[in-house]
Amino acid sequence: MAHINLENDLPGIRGLMAYSPQTAKPLNELAEIMLRDDNNTLTRGERELIGTYVSYLNDCFFCQNVHGSLAGHYLGCDIPEIDAIKKEPSLTNIPDKLKALLAVAAKVQEGGRHVTADVIENAKDAGATDKEIHDTVLIAAAFCMYNRYVDGLATWSPKDRQFYVERAPKRAEEGYIDFDLYNNTIS
Amino acid sequence: MPHILVDKDLPGIRALLAFSPRTAEPMGVLAEALLRTSNGLAPAERELIATYVSHLNQCFYCDVSHGEIARCYLKGDGELVDEVRKGPDAAAIPEKLKTLLNIAGKVQKGGKYVTAEDVSAAKEAGATDADIHDTVLIAAAFCMFNRYVDGLAANTPADLASYEKRAAQVAEHGYGNHIYTTPQPV
Repeated sequence: MAHINLENDLPGIRGLMAYSPQTAKPLNELAEIMLRDDNNTLTRGERELIGTYVSYLNDCFFCQNVHGSLAGHYLGCDIPEIDAIKKEPSLTNIPDKLKALLAVAAKVQEGGRHVTADVIENAKDAGATDKEIHDTVLIAAAFCMYNRYVDGLATWSPKDRQFYVERAPKRAEEGYIDFDLYNNTIS
Repeated sequence: MPHILVDKDLPGIRALLAFSPRTAEPMGVLAEALLRTSNGLAPAERELIATYVSHLNQCFYCDVSHGEIARCYLKGDGELVDEVRKGPDAAAIPEKLKTLLNIAGKVQKGGKYVTAEDVSAAKEAGATDADIHDTVLIAAAFCMFNRYVDGLAANTPADLASYEKRAAQVAEHGYGNHIYTTPQPV
């Protein structure tokens, strides 16, 4: 049960957003630009994977399943494949640049000061641009916020991971802004 | 030196916002909604939560910046800000704010560190659900802002007097794009 009375039954961050629409608006707009804007050399799948990986490191069940399912949807991977990337990106067959960016994201998750010149240099050597490094740091930092918001208020989340997989195509289509936040159904 | 090429004349997060104006926009709106409202917690209390979390995250730029903004609202009481940094329990602040800062400190470690006991203590001290919500979201947001600033090794001015001037600008005009699009206060 959530730590506060949200006056709705929505899971995860959706319950919080319905409770606090004024802050929901910029939170959703930020997600939309970071994760879905097409004026970006990182694919939507790659950006969702960064969000998924950080949510996994923060042990946030809701966020790692929502965003892991979206990453899987965009990248054409199933849950076991996404789980393998979360567990140890360097052992998977994702591109070297993405491995290097996930290493940057992992440092951001530990704390901003953990990001060393070396880990940035590795990403640049693998072909990452300044904008891609910027976006990786901001996505990782933002998920350190979203994850804490969701778990810090002890929101509930569906336990069945298939639930998130089934919802992903609709969410991918609608994005983070153009869906009915206040529609009191989960689907 | 910052990890990416940004405007060297803009301090801290301002150079990052200028680098990425599209993400700057909602971040400014979020900061304004969280820190500048008097609905429930006062702006001074909100800035103290932000300062405390930035201090725990060892983000010098945010710690000093928001400490100075809190001081503006507190009519210059910098000692109180320092007391909060050292540990809310011993600070000369109301019990309710102590319990909320305790929750903020837990959020800084991670969402799951916030216990039902932490929340009941805040409610017993008079915190409303909205106060608790805002505290958690402010603390979580500063876990983002702090990581954004230090994760990209943003410029951190050594001139402490400059923080006071930027704080006065925010206290007067609020958050938003103007903090990087208009000339920096001198």
